[in-house]
Amino acid sequence: MMLSCKEVTRLVSQGLDRRLPFGRRVALRVHLAICDGCTNFSKQMGFLRKAVAKLAEQSPKS
Amino acid sequence: MDDFRSRVQGERAYLLRYAGLQLRDSHAAEDTVQETLLAALAGEAGFAGRSNLRTWLTGILKHKIIDAIRRSSREATLLAAEAGATELDALFDERGHWIDAPGAWADPDASLEQKRFFAALEACLARLPHKIAQAFMMREHLGLETGEICKELGVTATHCWVLLYRARVALRECLEKDWFRK
Repeated sequence: MMLSCKEVTRLVSQGLDRRLPFGRRVALRVHLAICDGCTNFSKQMGFLRKAVAKLAEQSPKS
Repeated sequence: MDDFRSRVQGERAYLLRYAGLQLRDSHAAEDTVQETLLAALAGEAGFAGRSNLRTWLTGILKHKIIDAIRRSSREATLLAAEAGATELDALFDERGHWIDAPGAWADPDASLEQKRFFAALEACLARLPHKIAQAFMMREHLGLETGEICKELGVTATHCWVLLYRARVALRECLEKDWFRK
């Protein structure tokens, strides 16, 4: 079954919050293998997590 | 003893910032930090050099922040049902395809070395609707699991995932527009 990009973005986000069921993980991987837009989206989600984790270490704005 | 007190005080600015990022209200942040410092000074034995002082204080502070969120969600009648998935609908066509697919960001890790990037990120966070920001920061800043977030905010797991999803999508859009494409 093909996922739409919209569904893929939803699953990419959910995948950061819980372990997705096996079938979803496979469908996600298949989609990401052929879709640049969603692959970029997915990488950017990982980056966002990293960036927010570093936010508290920044000295307060004056 | 006094050395411990001054070391604890020395972490105050960090703790204030930490609390402020989650609570977005300087009075509430001030209160939680005050409670944390008092609890820390009263519980010095609990620290006893076991871990890094900042880590230990942050652990206490997290509990105080969660208490504050719990109190305020009880007060403000929650869920003024922050409008539907409108911003999402603008990104995809009716078949769920990107209208304007995300491009790659040039060397995003280099941004993590720049103060201005974090100012842009904070500005983007400030633009999120309150409840969405709250859920997102509980997840990514406090590092809570979705189950705990749902419980504290009084929403279902599904709703929780939707809040987090909407936060991430909105932040991605905002960073792209205000930082990566500038």
